[in-house]
Amino acid sequence: MLSIRDLHVSVAGREVLRGVDLELRVGEVHAIMGPNGSGKSTLAHVLAGKDGYLVTRGEVRFQGEDLLALPPEERARRGVFLAFQYPVEIPGVGNLYFLKAAFNAVRRERGLEELDAIDFLALARERMKLVELDPALLDRPVNQGFSGGEKKRNEIFQMAVLEPKLAILDETDSGLDIDALKIVARGINAMRAPKRASLVITHYQRLLDYVVPDRVHVLVDGRIVESGDSSLALRLEERGYRLREEARP
Amino acid sequence: MSHTELEQLMERQYPYGFATDLESEAAPRGLDENIVRLISSKKTEPPFLLAFRLKALRHWLTMKEPRWANVHHPPINYQDIIYYSAPKRRAAPNSLDEVDPEVRRMFDKLGISLVEQERLTGVAVDAVVDSVSVATTFQKRLAELGVIFCSFSEAVQKHPDLVEQYLGSVVPYTDNFFATLNSAVFTDGSFCYVPRGVRCPMELSTYFRINAAGTGQFERTLIIAEPSSFVSYLEGCTAPMRDENQLHAAVVELIALDDAEIRYATVQNWYPGDKEGRGGIYNFVTKRGKCKGARSKISWTQVETGSAITWKYPSCILAGDDSVGEFSSVALVNHHQQADTGTKMIHLGRNTRSTILSKGISAGHGQNTYRGLVKIAEGATGARNYSQCDSLLLGDQCGAHTFPNIEVANSTAQLEHEASTSKISEDQLFYCRQRGLSAEDAVSLIVNGFCKQVLQKLPMEFAVEAQRLLALKLEGSVG
Repeated sequence: MLSIRDLHVSVAGREVLRGVDLELRVGEVHAIMGPNGSGKSTLAHVLAGKDGYLVTRGEVRFQGEDLLALPPEERARRGVFLAFQYPVEIPGVGNLYFLKAAFNAVRRERGLEELDAIDFLALARERMKLVELDPALLDRPVNQGFSGGEKKRNEIFQMAVLEPKLAILDETDSGLDIDALKIVARGINAMRAPKRASLVITHYQRLLDYVVPDRVHVLVDGRIVESGDSSLALRLEERGYRLREEARP
Repeated sequence: MSHTELEQLMERQYPYGFATDLESEAAPRGLDENIVRLISSKKTEPPFLLAFRLKALRHWLTMKEPRWANVHHPPINYQDIIYYSAPKRRAAPNSLDEVDPEVRRMFDKLGISLVEQERLTGVAVDAVVDSVSVATTFQKRLAELGVIFCSFSEAVQKHPDLVEQYLGSVVPYTDNFFATLNSAVFTDGSFCYVPRGVRCPMELSTYFRINAAGTGQFERTLIIAEPSSFVSYLEGCTAPMRDENQLHAAVVELIALDDAEIRYATVQNWYPGDKEGRGGIYNFVTKRGKCKGARSKISWTQVETGSAITWKYPSCILAGDDSVGEFSSVALVNHHQQADTGTKMIHLGRNTRSTILSKGISAGHGQNTYRGLVKIAEGATGARNYSQCDSLLLGDQCGAHTFPNIEVANSTAQLEHEASTSKISEDQLFYCRQRGLSAEDAVSLIVNGFCKQVLQKLPMEFAVEAQRLLALKLEGSVG
């Protein structure tokens, strides 16, 4: 589904990703772990198409298509979803209204009929139960006045409504207490399906107690230095990210 | 979004820019007493009105064009303007069937079918082309309630006492350069009178269209709300695309007596000029309402998207005790448009309250200025004002300026002022696009969110129209 080959990315003249390779198959959940500044968020942003990143080498294919050639909205409409580390506030734009506009933009692209306000509201109400989001937040402006946990849950809620093919979760667990973490994990697990794949970016192992990945990759200084099954996450927790590198001859 | 796509959007033309070939009758260019007398005699006006016009003209000749506004334009040659132009017709139409079919087609093309309006939408329309009212719908039904809604010319003929009593009572003929000019040469406009205790059952609307070339449009609107009455009034404006600048200098006067309420909404979409800043309307308008009676209320809501230059300060004189004034504005400038707009809230009565809500959006090379005055007179004990001025910038070539003035002569007054300036952030745009919205839709969504408090105050159909207009105006302003 997602194939990253020898990806090199610079930000403001500095090379942040230095040859990333990754294969994510349909139905899989991969975790990317790594210390601060290792390039985890850069990878998420480049995959989603954010401005300000220069791809100097390598390629990314999504369902066989050159992902990097597409503008962000086209990627989104093809099923790429990024749960933001820092969800953005949009004053005056109702949360439900925003999500309906996005939802229907994706439906149009797929040649499906748009949902009207009533049908969409029913869908939204059902999906928000999954993350126990307060229904009052539907009518509030997007992310404005939301607590940190509400913002993150709102991201997962949006994901549950938009039903992406590829979900990229950028440190969705950061700043969450244990209850919120469980709720978010439940949302992510509910999205697990044979037709979908997820890339879970995290700093800590604790999210992976609840979302058990098929593969774990360790990103250090812009390269994947180690990959393994879910037990790798536990080992990393004990010994830290650097050990492996220092152990190298 | 690719460069070419952007360029195509930028090229998008002003959709109302067509001219209609109407046979019209015009005065020669220039302004002197003869022109004023000609206008007055064409309209068979009573002597008081000719006297009003002549006083205004004589005063105007002593005045200088104001230079304090934050706008720039080449000098206007007032002797090169045609002050009277009217679509020719045999006699005043008694019904819509008698309206010149060309005029009807023109309004159909603008999406304002005069016939449909009458039958379906429940909005009474007074259509003003160049300087003359061409059709007023729903007059009969309104008349049953005693509501007078007609062209200004018709009011002069049929209700001269009301006109004489109120004309110039809010905006005196000496008021300012453009209002004084208007007082001398105004040719038509709308008139509305709502009798005591009547709640006008439908929206009243005037649709202004400048059609003839080289013509100034000087219309005059007068709305009188008797005690305990209510009226909601809408005004829309468009003009053909021409590469010259055309002057529009209107005067609107509102009078609200005890417990009366007037809501006045404008969606202004005069031709703004091309993207290089050539052509477009100079919109120099004086709008003022007087809350004459106790507990009366006047609210101005405006969505200003057109004109090369907008110079406009819809104001309220809060004379009656406990009277309320409101001003809610969205002003959008793109390309080379300039807007200097705001309001004056003059508190004279006790416990008077006013609210100012201004949302300025600047894109392209547009310059947007908010200019406001809140004045609390000595006798205005317990007066309160809340002002909020927000500016939104798109791009780095545009400007937003705010000049709030406050004058307080009574120590019991309470005033609050909040202001903010923000840019549509890359993060907001990216967030929307990551969810599947195009850049254009994202900007339109963010801008409409920014304006929401104001748009909510518009009547339903108008709010939808205004949202669509804002989106249209901003197409191509981001990449």
